[in-house]
Amino acid sequence: MTQNSAQPGSKPQPNRLSHNGLIDQSRSLNFTWNGTQYQGHPGDTLASALLANGQRFVARSFKYHRPRGIFSAGPEEPSALVQLRSGAAQEPNTRATVAELFDGLTATSQNHRGSLEGDILALNDWLAPFLSAGFYYKTFMWPAAFWEKVYEPFIRASAGLGKLSMQADPDIYDHGYLHCDLLVIGAGPAGLIAALEAGRAGARVILADEDFRPGGRLNAETHAIDDAPGHAWATRAIAELASLDNVRLMTRTTVYGAFDHGVYGALERCTDHLPTSGGKPRQVLWRLYTKRALLCAGATERSIAFANNDRPGIMLAGAVRTYANRYGVTPGTRVAVLTNNDDGWRTAQDLQSAGVTVTALIDTRSGVSPPKNADRIETGCAVANTRGRRGLGQISLTNGAVIDADCLAVAGGWSPNVHLSSHQRGRPTWRDDIAAFVPGSELPQGMSVAGAANGTPTLAAAMAEAQTTTRALLQDLGHSATGADLPRASDEPASISAFWHVKAKGRAWVDLQNDVTAKDIYQSQKEAFRSVELLKRYTTLGMATDQGKTANVLGLAILAEAAGQTIPETGTTIFRPPYTPVPIGALAGRARGKDFRPYRLTPSHKWAEENGATFVETGPWMRAQWFARPGETGWRDSVDREVRMTRNSVGICDVTTLGKIDIQGRDAAEFLNHVYANGFAKLPVGKVRYGIMLREDGICYDDGTTARLSETHFVMTTTTVNAVAVFRNLEFARQCLWPDLDVHLISTTDGWAQYAVAGPNARALLSKVVDDLDLSNEAFPFMACTECTVFGGTPARLFRISFSGELAYEIAVPTRFGDSMIRALMEVGKEFDVTPYGTEALGVMRIEKGHFAGNELTGQTTAAMLGLGGMVSKKKDSIGLPLSQRSEMIRDDDLRLVGFHPVDKGIDLNAGAHFLTKGDPEDMAHDQGWMTSVAWSPELGHSIGLGFLKNGQNRMGETLRAFDPVRGKDTAVTVVSPHHIDPEGARQRG
Amino acid sequence: MIIPHPLLGPRDAAEFVYLGDASLIARPDGLAPDAIDQFHSYTYLRDNPAGVHRELWYHEQGDRSWLVVTRNTLTHEILSAELARDVARAEGRSR
Repeated sequence: MTQNSAQPGSKPQPNRLSHNGLIDQSRSLNFTWNGTQYQGHPGDTLASALLANGQRFVARSFKYHRPRGIFSAGPEEPSALVQLRSGAAQEPNTRATVAELFDGLTATSQNHRGSLEGDILALNDWLAPFLSAGFYYKTFMWPAAFWEKVYEPFIRASAGLGKLSMQADPDIYDHGYLHCDLLVIGAGPAGLIAALEAGRAGARVILADEDFRPGGRLNAETHAIDDAPGHAWATRAIAELASLDNVRLMTRTTVYGAFDHGVYGALERCTDHLPTSGGKPRQVLWRLYTKRALLCAGATERSIAFANNDRPGIMLAGAVRTYANRYGVTPGTRVAVLTNNDDGWRTAQDLQSAGVTVTALIDTRSGVSPPKNADRIETGCAVANTRGRRGLGQISLTNGAVIDADCLAVAGGWSPNVHLSSHQRGRPTWRDDIAAFVPGSELPQGMSVAGAANGTPTLAAAMAEAQTTTRALLQDLGHSATGADLPRASDEPASISAFWHVKAKGRAWVDLQNDVTAKDIYQSQKEAFRSVELLKRYTTLGMATDQGKTANVLGLAILAEAAGQTIPETGTTIFRPPYTPVPIGALAGRARGKDFRPYRLTPSHKWAEENGATFVETGPWMRAQWFARPGETGWRDSVDREVRMTRNSVGICDVTTLGKIDIQGRDAAEFLNHVYANGFAKLPVGKVRYGIMLREDGICYDDGTTARLSETHFVMTTTTVNAVAVFRNLEFARQCLWPDLDVHLISTTDGWAQYAVAGPNARALLSKVVDDLDLSNEAFPFMACTECTVFGGTPARLFRISFSGELAYEIAVPTRFGDSMIRALMEVGKEFDVTPYGTEALGVMRIEKGHFAGNELTGQTTAAMLGLGGMVSKKKDSIGLPLSQRSEMIRDDDLRLVGFHPVDKGIDLNAGAHFLTKGDPEDMAHDQGWMTSVAWSPELGHSIGLGFLKNGQNRMGETLRAFDPVRGKDTAVTVVSPHHIDPEGARQRG
Repeated sequence: MIIPHPLLGPRDAAEFVYLGDASLIARPDGLAPDAIDQFHSYTYLRDNPAGVHRELWYHEQGDRSWLVVTRNTLTHEILSAELARDVARAEGRSR
């Protein structure tokens, strides 16, 4: 072994192999681990740099807080989870094996109290006999009083590994959409061949690879292709693919899920390998629309269960080769290899040719002759136990031999990465010859599998399979392959004889991430949790960030062993997305804060901002809530003033947000008769009518006015929040229920800016606005409508309708005139001391007037409850008519909307209070209804309410209790008409 | 999912709003003497098959067509997509 010569100012990296690796050893990168500065090189991961610097012990295990090291060299890593960066950018539970090293990276270990080495929670390891499988379910059962005070705080303190920064994520994330003929998942040898075949044939190809260096195992092995190193061939292949316009090469991109109909989810990590994002998206979540997909995801190595097989220094044998060949790092100075297959031999071979001492090659098979690449060769035996408190020092074999080793490379066989093939519930099938699960016959639509992922692990065979499969796919897609020959490669020895578990004293780990041992699996089997799915939930095998990538098959094999069954008899769990963790930030994309969903601004928004408005969300809109004037000390001051000024003179409110639907056609009137509960067919031209809409179950869900502008032209309004739903329901009625009616719909909510002008001076104000229109009560009475022009020719629509109860109009102009319209109305209105009013004053006036709104339309409200039962026409078939007439929905003694005054006028009422008859007990059996809306009425000088009361129409004058245990209030109230002011409606008709 | 819109070709299901069983097209006569019984069945009683299902989808983020989509609820395979208006007419609905 040769140590690299230290550069000026840098410490030596004791485990660096100076002549090995696909890294740039001429340049150094500084990084900090647990406060100490170290150096690595461009091309390193955090894991390879830590190993190069002799850092074996990097983590504490989840449950027992055992010392743990780096176990793998890829996304399957169960142990080496670390925290990256600091401050708001701090990221917990990151796999060190896929974190690309950059200059200035800071990383810390996690899941320990005190230092990593002196973690006081290591005590848990001594308590292990009490913490076995299912201990949660057995321990935290009783006494019940302990749950909240003792157990929950304890579990919460123990749960999780890393720590969140508790600050907002400073980075931005994006979503993207791409289409292709063929998606190739994985850029190892099979994926590269597939992408080259398809790319040369002219198909639109996406080649996605999770690594920052494409090539897969070619970068980690010493295979030759065309008589050159495999990684050199990969580099040439990548260069050719990059030159093809029809190929999109996406590195650092994990395809994490296979969804319906050829849709795939992919996460691209754009700037995770840089010190900062520099304002660019850190990650992009891609949705890939594909005609065909070829899964070339390779395989993941697994371990063997033997006592104390979790110590730092015990690693997957393939990972040890990756560190030596790709990163120029040896994970130890005296390495032993344990294998049940030919592939493990290559670890000894590669290490020895790199100059590393291989103390032993232990093959569990008898009668094999491994190459002599170790100080001693042992066959037909296995590792029985290991020693070394903070890292491996020694191993003992089943034959009694004791061997020094600071690294043990374990080769338990390779499991094809079938994950995406089972995202649509396809079940993998077992193959005894390779001792592994391969994709089953039921694959997601359009997916094929090739190479190691398909159980074809050797190089030449994998490439040949990728070529054959791709050619068939190209033919399906109508492309012809160019017929290029495969590059020359050979098939390495890969024979395996399944070997899972060394039964001996001591705990043998199966799932390193969840601290699940072979004993836990036996116990689960004994306690009757025998199905794989139950095993997983009882022991937590295969859960958390790694989803058991290195553990599932081993756990299943031990369950089969415990049950005395074969693996196929025992079954398998299937996989769900995501393949590897996807950050919530990436799933959210730009939908954060005020961009969580789109919001809309009214045409008068800018003017309202200039005039002191406070805004409130109503449905998708921002509406002015009130307009504060200097000297007003709170919202009530502003709202009371707006109501008084409107009722005394004139006020203006932007009502653009109400839904507007333009309805035209010869059968438009008949259509309205079907969708409104009350009649519209006889509405004269030039008139507006109020209507209520029912759901088919007879419940009232929306109301509004519809104006008839001509025989064949109506303009409907809906409530703000139901604008979309009403339009959808009208389209359903038009297309599905009465398809031959001549009627056409278009939403014009955004097309018109509409203002309510209300108050005794509304007519006087509007007379100065409209051109040549007689607004007298005779010429333009209550509920009249017309098309007109304003301010000398601007097109407009005028409706004489009133929500406030005052003499009132709504005037609409095309939206582009909305801003100038509000400014002009306010200018003209100066002589009347006009006031703008917001949604609060609107609400006060509608409660004073007894109009119902969202508080009353609860989804359980009948027309009868609103006092509008008589409006439901029985002479025509309308949506909701039949079921609205069910006996329970038209009972006379049901809830009715009535008004309430406090007996003591100085007390404010509260919505949500329930009504009780005096002397009745305070329980639901005696509930008489509830208060829905309350307001302080400037006109009456006290608080008023609306509410639903049983048999309310017959209880005027009765005194009840408004009982409000939530707020601790109990108020005497008098039942009154819901029309608190002007019950005859003289003002609006005046 | 991808829905093969009869006019617009393959469209992402995210553009659509789902309603439910296509039997909602067969609305009974609201003025019939036994209308309450008929509407009770129409409104509340539905089959919930594990397998092939005819269902209503609305292309709200698109051309506002209501579609009848025949879909296998177990595999999400889409067997056909028709304009609901054509289906309604074929079932004898008119005015």
